[in-house]
Amino acid sequence: MTKPDSDRPRSPARRGALGCMAMWGGAAVVWGVAGGVPRALGATGNGRLAPSAPMPFTFVQISDTHIGFRKEANPDTADSMRQAIAEINALPQTPAFVVHTGDLSHLSKPEQFGEVRELLQEIDVDRVHTIPGEHDTIDNGAAGYLRYFDHDGNGRSWYSFNHDGVHFVGLNNVLAFKLGRLAALGDDQLAWLKADLAGVSRSTPVVVLAHIPMWTIWEPWGWGTADSAQAMELLRPFGSVTVLNGHIHQVLQKVEGNVELHTAMSLAYPLPTPGQAGVGEPGPVAVSMEELGAKLGTRRISVHPGRHPLALVDRSLEA
Amino acid sequence: MIAIAEDTMTRLVALAGLSLIGWLAATAPLAVAAESTVTVDIKSFAFAPKDVTVAPGTRIVWTNRDDTPHTVTATDRTFASPGLDTGDTFEHTFTAAGDFSYICTVHPYMGGVVHVRKP
Repeated sequence: MTKPDSDRPRSPARRGALGCMAMWGGAAVVWGVAGGVPRALGATGNGRLAPSAPMPFTFVQISDTHIGFRKEANPDTADSMRQAIAEINALPQTPAFVVHTGDLSHLSKPEQFGEVRELLQEIDVDRVHTIPGEHDTIDNGAAGYLRYFDHDGNGRSWYSFNHDGVHFVGLNNVLAFKLGRLAALGDDQLAWLKADLAGVSRSTPVVVLAHIPMWTIWEPWGWGTADSAQAMELLRPFGSVTVLNGHIHQVLQKVEGNVELHTAMSLAYPLPTPGQAGVGEPGPVAVSMEELGAKLGTRRISVHPGRHPLALVDRSLEA
Repeated sequence: MIAIAEDTMTRLVALAGLSLIGWLAATAPLAVAAESTVTVDIKSFAFAPKDVTVAPGTRIVWTNRDDTPHTVTATDRTFASPGLDTGDTFEHTFTAAGDFSYICTVHPYMGGVVHVRKP
């Protein structure tokens, strides 16, 4: 999604007010990429990176906004999203762009896609890259989603782009399912991914966006991608691969050689931990409004291709 | 007095047991349900009951009891609900005999089967 500059409010008074709201809350972990491989640099108190490490560009990941959800676990998901937007707009370094890793809407309804698109336009960045979650493809596959979020005009919900020496791939892993199985990328998309990566040098850092985790976290709840192994096979030859997922509404990480996989917090409601004892299904978990802010959050990623420090900072919303 | 009371109690328990058995017999799913409408709940990310056996002409009504949307989608696409929010219902009338499997397309690991059998 690209929007003209005239759409972007840049009132100094507004930005100043938002700055007051931009407090890093909850636990934050700083990640860095060395030799193209992300690694943890340590926890931070205020979530800011060391000033001695200038970053060519940063981008922000948000996920699982579930606009349209108004139940006990979060009666106002739009408000949570606005809070995150205020924090993003007040960041000391303006991100190059924002990525949304799916479940923009709760029920794939046109008015929900319209509302979340309007909210995304409140972010002070040139563009927002989205991928669909399974909540965005309920009624007629990706068609309803694509009416609002067709990034390259190809009528396809997967795409790639380059930014400052980093190759970004957005995937749709929520549709190609078989009865009783995990959702998948499907053969068409895998063929496209193979062709897309064929033109990328092995030393180029690759960032992959996909809604459902690209490794099997908890199969009984559908927390995995049936054909993720085939995608990993295509990604393994690259020196640095960072996979950013959503779907499970909590931060988890896995490292497979040069491939790092990270799930993100939601901006709507928490979900149980994988297979949590006493919880039979991955439904919304209602917590007090005070606790909710700590369970929701955003992620800031800093990319420095030359010296390879790529940092991931997961930040909770204020309660 | 005590003996009589115990005897009364025993009979009461026996009566309650008999009525419970009668109630169970009246409501338990039969091999071929005679009702024209059968309800299936969608609850805790599962169809309940998962398997139902009905006579041709039976209408099945599914109700989503979860805070998460689900669908009722035939694997052969002969019937498909829209996304069902909490409390939403979807119904389909089964006219022909056969086995009709369906899933939730939001959570494809959720499945159920409607067996349509002539009585």
